Amino acid sequence: MADPMRIRAQAAGDKATVRVLMAHEMETGQRKDAAGKTIPAWYIQQVHAKLNGKDVLSAQWGPAVAKNPFLQFMIKGAKAGDKVSVSWVDNRGDTRSDEAVVT
Amino acid sequence: MHTRRHALTASARLALLLLGAGVLPAAAQAQAQAAGFNQAAFDAKSLADVMKALGANAPTASGDVAVSAPDIAENGAVVPVGASSALPGVKRLLVLVEKNPSALSAIFDVSDMVDANFSTRVKMGQSSDVYAVAMMNDGRVLYAKKEVKVTLGGCGG
Repeated sequence: MADPMRIRAQAAGDKATVRVLMAHEMETGQRKDAAGKTIPAWYIQQVHAKLNGKDVLSAQWGPAVAKNPFLQFMIKGAKAGDKVSVSWVDNRGDTRSDEAVVT
Repeated sequence: MHTRRHALTASARLALLLLGAGVLPAAAQAQAQAAGFNQAAFDAKSLADVMKALGANAPTASGDVAVSAPDIAENGAVVPVGASSALPGVKRLLVLVEKNPSALSAIFDVSDMVDANFSTRVKMGQSSDVYAVAMMNDGRVLYAKKEVKVTLGGCGG
């Protein structure tokens, strides 16, 4: 299992800013190791975010997203105490889901 | 000679076997694992090809879409990029780096619940234009671009 994500969600007015830091190699499949062999691609392909169990955002990522990806987005109508959950799926089929409370 | 031919046919058979089992093509495997992932769009090399893969119209430049990125990125492996649009009716926001091996970096599906405003970090192989593309509900495709100079590439080995 991958390392947990760090999620911070802060309410400001009628919106909440969510910042997510995921732990992932995001290997492009373009790099070569010391022996000259291509390192196989390994990257997050899909990201989903939910507010209190309701889908609010889905994203598709390519290998060009940086290692240990950062994502910031804003949820409308989220207030303190609401639950934000973020999950990802990578190209090996691994998944990880984490949750945070809006403050 | 004889043994070599044997070896060749054997390896060809093995390859066929793997293909049949769906083990060999990494792309097909990835697609099977993550349904809804648009592999064709992420393989596309240019802005026009990406639009074609997504079935979208040709993009036009617009002042209503904003792309935020540094003028000079010291480290191409981590370039902060933001895409946003104040227009109502944005369906999707895309982030593209023109001169990367594959142009498309990320697709964000905008819902009623989120602002069309995303920030992330991408890798850049070399200095290039960075595009933010907004696909609207009414079929319009708008973009903004910004040149980012990279002093150290992020795709080197």
